[in-house]
Order: sequence, then structure tokens, then C-alpha cells
Amino acid sequence: MKPAPFAYEAPTTVSEAVDCLASHGEEAKVLAGGQSLVPVLALRLARYEALVDLNRVGELDYVRREGSTMVIGAMTRQATIERDPTLRAAIPVLREATRLIGHPQIRNRGTLGGSVAHGDPAAEYPAVALATDATITVIGPAGPRIIEAADLYDGPMSTTLAEDEILTAVAFPVWCPGSGFAVREMARREGDFATVGVIAGVTLADDRISRAALALFGVGATPMRFRQLEGELLGADFLAVDPTDFGETLAQRLDPPNDVHASTAYRTRVAARLVAEALDAALDTARQETTS
Amino acid sequence: MNEHRIEIVVNGRKRTASVEPRKVLADVLREDCELTGTHLGCEHGVCGACTVLVDGDAVRSCLMFGVQADGAEVTTIEGVAPGGGELSDVQAAFRDCHGLQCGFCTPGFVITVRAFLAENPRPTDAEIRSALSGNLCRCTGYQGIIAAVRQVVRQRTGLPPGAEPPASDIRPPSVPVAP
Repeated sequence: MKPAPFAYEAPTTVSEAVDCLASHGEEAKVLAGGQSLVPVLALRLARYEALVDLNRVGELDYVRREGSTMVIGAMTRQATIERDPTLRAAIPVLREATRLIGHPQIRNRGTLGGSVAHGDPAAEYPAVALATDATITVIGPAGPRIIEAADLYDGPMSTTLAEDEILTAVAFPVWCPGSGFAVREMARREGDFATVGVIAGVTLADDRISRAALALFGVGATPMRFRQLEGELLGADFLAVDPTDFGETLAQRLDPPNDVHASTAYRTRVAARLVAEALDAALDTARQETTS
Repeated sequence: MNEHRIEIVVNGRKRTASVEPRKVLADVLREDCELTGTHLGCEHGVCGACTVLVDGDAVRSCLMFGVQADGAEVTTIEGVAPGGGELSDVQAAFRDCHGLQCGFCTPGFVITVRAFLAENPRPTDAEIRSALSGNLCRCTGYQGIIAAVRQVVRQRTGLPPGAEPPASDIRPPSVPVAP
């Protein structure tokens, strides 16, 4: 037994979970899939007086369409997201990104909500949420509230959730027909966190770009959007866009971390290349969508 | 003492234990159920040696607490052979193809392969490699393990691994060594 002792709570409803968390105060931690939290406990990088396990809260495990969004419960396993045919059709980028998370054994336990709430700056789901303009529903003693993905992270593995709030769902807008997304990431080994990752999305209307999103992960304290550069793509004829140039331009605005995995210079070069590839692939997909 | 009473069905047999919440499933299996076939390598989710099936899904038993498995069905390496003294086809293929040397990682690989082939009976080589990416082996260099998975696919389907046309990026193994 490597983790330090803790009290274990296994609520079966969201309201019970909120009460549990509130009663333990800031000494408690929510346990979702545990694929990041359990290693942290095993290595004693953190210790908590209590864990509030959401694995028996069945009402947090669902995928459903609500108007023009796909809403996914926080405790939906990554493996479920990978296989869900409705999601695959509605938010293809989610499946593409899911397959880059860890390994099959990790995805069988790991959850959407856990990954988004953990907020690893090199993780896929936070960047997907940011790129697609997703909204996050959280609930605390004062009731539920909605956070825009762009307002969720305020530092590495740090979110704007209060200590007594639980992430309950993520709503991903279904982008209109004629949209294409692509994920590209570089990791030292399959399943590792990304050294650099890119998500690009575009919508084409009459061969012109009418919507664009670009999110990078692994290059800063949080996943990052590049709205000004996205704006420069708007209205452009898709054939006139030079993804390579665009990647170089974007990379000049980066100041990625310099660490044991990669130097700042290397990450910058990789980012330029991956942005180009992702934008190119997103444009191709969008083009196919509009002509099919 | 902060202990919880749990009941798990392990390899078809009901087991009960009183465990501290911090005790991971792997330790419950090894210490309380005395099933030491599940091996613990890194104990923090990197090596895959402790992979078991929980309600049919391959998971790392070092990243799940025993209390969380209360009410679940668990399959460990002890539960994969059809009978005493026999090997499952996956185990036999590992032996035939030199898919193991020291054997420490093997229980995790066998469980991973079992779950993988149940979901994807005719994988390509790329899919096999991806499926095995969460399990580390420091002896074999993996080629024998991949050959073992290919052997199982051939035996079960009567066809070479991979979708049509088979996209093979490794040389097929030579005829399996007779036991």
C-alpha cells in the first residue's frame, strides 16, 4: 500500500456527492477514473483526508444530444466515447483525440470529466473542449453553473472550479456541416502525454473559411487558443491558405516550456509543423464535407 | 481501523475481504485472495504488468482501489486457462513464439491480448502494436509477443492477421516451435 491513508466515500447520486465533498471541505478530493490521481497518491505527491469516489454515480455516465450540442456526463469512460457511434458522427474530433489518450487499459477507466477537471496542460480533452467552444457544467452546494471552456483553466492542473464543486458534464457544440477538424500530436511513446499537440477546426462556406479554431496543448501552462490568428483565416479562400506559413507564424508567438522532454526551440519547431499538418487536414476534411 | 468489507467474484469464485480504502485492487488480489499471478511492476500505471479484467474490461489493477471493485467480476491470469495443467491459446502462443523470457510482464500481456482479441478478432499489425503499447517488456524486444498475437489470430480465424489486404510491417514468424 503506497498511498497515505484516506477516508473513502462512495456516493450514488450527484447530490450525495456534493454533500460529501462539502462535509470534508478542502481536505477532500474527487476521484473519477483515477488514472492520474491514483499515481499521484501512490507517489505521495499529494495526500487527502478523504476521497469522494464518483464511480457509483450512475447519473453521470451518459451521452445525449441536446439541440445542437452533444452533452457527455463527467463519468463517461474514455473507451465509451471512443466507441459511441453518435459521437463519432457528431464530434469526430473527440474520437480522434480519445485514441491518443494513454492506452486501452487507461481509457477503460479514465473519464471525460476527470481529464477535463484534472487539466493537465498536455492532455487532449481540455484542448478539444477549448477548440470546439465547449461548455462545462459544475455543481456545488449553491447549485449548478456553467463555465466556458476558455474560462476553465487558470494554470497547470488548476481550474476555476471551487473546492466544493464537482464537474458534472461537458457540452460539445456540433459544428455545422462543412466543418473539419484534425488532431496532431507528437509524443515520445504511444500513449504518453503530448510533447506538443494541435487541434485545428475550420468551417467552409462557398470555399471560404467561415469559422476557425486552433488550440495547442503541451506548449504552456494551459491549453491555448489563438483567436487573433484564427481571425486572419476568416473569409479566406481555402486554396489561398498556406498551412506551412500559418504554422510558422503561429510558432513565432509561442514560448513553450523548456524541460527534460523537449527544449523550447524543439517544441516551437514541432508546433509549427503540427499546426501546418492539422490545418491542412482540417481543410481537407471540411472540403470533403462540403462536396459530399 | 478504517476498513471496508468488499465482495468480489474473482475467476468465477466469490471472495470477501476487509480492506483499507488505500489498498489497490492488485494488492487485494495478491494478498487477500492469494492470487499472486497478477504482478506489480511500477505500481503507478506505467508498465501494465498488473492488468486484469474488471467486468470484462482490461484495466490496470494498481490504478483502482480494492473498494472500488466491490461487486465486480474480476478475471486474473489464474482464470484464463481452460483447466488445470492446460494453457489458453494466448498462453500457448506466448510459449510457442518466445513471447516471454523472465515472465514478469507476461500475465499483464496475456490479459491485455485476451481482451483485445475479444473486441478485435482480426487486427492489423499496427492495431496489435497499439493494443500492446500499454504493456512494457524488458526482455523480449516485443517481436515474439507480436508473433504470439498473430498466431492466435491465425488459429482462431484460419486467416492471417490484418484486414484485407494484410498490412504487414513485420516478417511473419516462422512455423511455431512444437512444444
